[in-house]
Amino acid sequence: MAAEYEPIVGRYLRLDLGGRRHRLYVEEAGEGIPLVCLHTAGADNRQWRHLMTDAEITRLFRVLAFDMPWHGKSLPPAGWQDEEYRLTTHDYIDLVMTFIRTLGLERPVVLGCSIGGKIVLELARLHAPAFRALVGLESADYQAPWYDDTGWLHRPDVHGGEVSGAMMSGLIAPQSPSETRWDTLWMYMQGGPGVFKGDLHFYRADGDFRDRVAQIDTGQCPLYLLTGEYDFSCTPADTERTAAKIKGAEVTVMREIGHFPMSENPAQFRRYILPVLEAIRARG
Amino acid sequence: MMAPVLERLPEWVNADAALVRRGRYLSTTFLVEIGETSWLVSVHAGRVERVERGPFLMREWAFAIRGSADAWRRYWEPVPAPGFHDLFALTKGGHARVEGDLQPFMANLRYVKDVLTLPRGRV
Repeated sequence: MAAEYEPIVGRYLRLDLGGRRHRLYVEEAGEGIPLVCLHTAGADNRQWRHLMTDAEITRLFRVLAFDMPWHGKSLPPAGWQDEEYRLTTHDYIDLVMTFIRTLGLERPVVLGCSIGGKIVLELARLHAPAFRALVGLESADYQAPWYDDTGWLHRPDVHGGEVSGAMMSGLIAPQSPSETRWDTLWMYMQGGPGVFKGDLHFYRADGDFRDRVAQIDTGQCPLYLLTGEYDFSCTPADTERTAAKIKGAEVTVMREIGHFPMSENPAQFRRYILPVLEAIRARG
Repeated sequence: MMAPVLERLPEWVNADAALVRRGRYLSTTFLVEIGETSWLVSVHAGRVERVERGPFLMREWAFAIRGSADAWRRYWEPVPAPGFHDLFALTKGGHARVEGDLQPFMANLRYVKDVLTLPRGRV
């Protein structure tokens, strides 16, 4: 019997970020319009595995997803052992733009979720002509915190992986299938110490874009925002409030979905993302 | 209708070997408030040893989870509505509060959440 390989290929990409050498783990599948997928805080590119094995998508799109530095199979940069990891807007923009430049991707689509959905808003504001379209999942210019202290995620008397998984379990819709729910939580349980917390510095503090999203010009690049109804971290109301400031932004509220659409319930997410990707393809 | 729910926790929890194992490092007493009624849940090594109904005059507990009767009722619906599907959704929405010594709560968060979700679809 032939070995059953998935069509996803994983490689390591060498690039410089902030003047430091990095080795980024990248997966890709498909051919066509480049579609760069950004994972959520404290997770990794495995969240996109269902999208990357969907022939409806990969026959038209070259889907790429990297693990951010410190996440998944991308190591932290040399010297990390004496540093506190903290993601900033500046570093995140630099990461995405450097990745696209290094691979020579021409006018890609960027599809990001949570922190990835949030950075899409800054990409739209600062670099619109570089993209064919931008898609933010669970994306808002700001979202009120749902717990006081992210310090719980990184302290010696609480297991970081266990507590991260237990926190995130609530952001998954009750309808999501057991297998993909627990896949999603496993990624949170596997995160390195302090990494999820470091990402949340961007999500909760540095990435407050309330003063600037009105500058986004969707005439230069279409912007689609899709949020799950069960997401109480970035709520549909947060996304709608954000979109109300951006002329031309298209909002969809996804039923029976929480904070991790592509990962927690790929079949349900597919119903929402396929029409968006088709609209992007049709626009050229 | 609400009253017997928490009293069934010993039966439900202790019959669930995976849940008891998950809580094997937890021995504590925590308070659950359903509207005006208080309950003390005593856990020993992941087993629920005792559930007592208040009012209490002078009792210790590590942490407390307080919610309105309506919030718990909606939380325990078979398929809860958005905003009522998770403990932190309840707290963010102002329907519940978590107070006290949060270390045992956070260190055993999956266990505590799983225990408090057991009545879902059974009440």
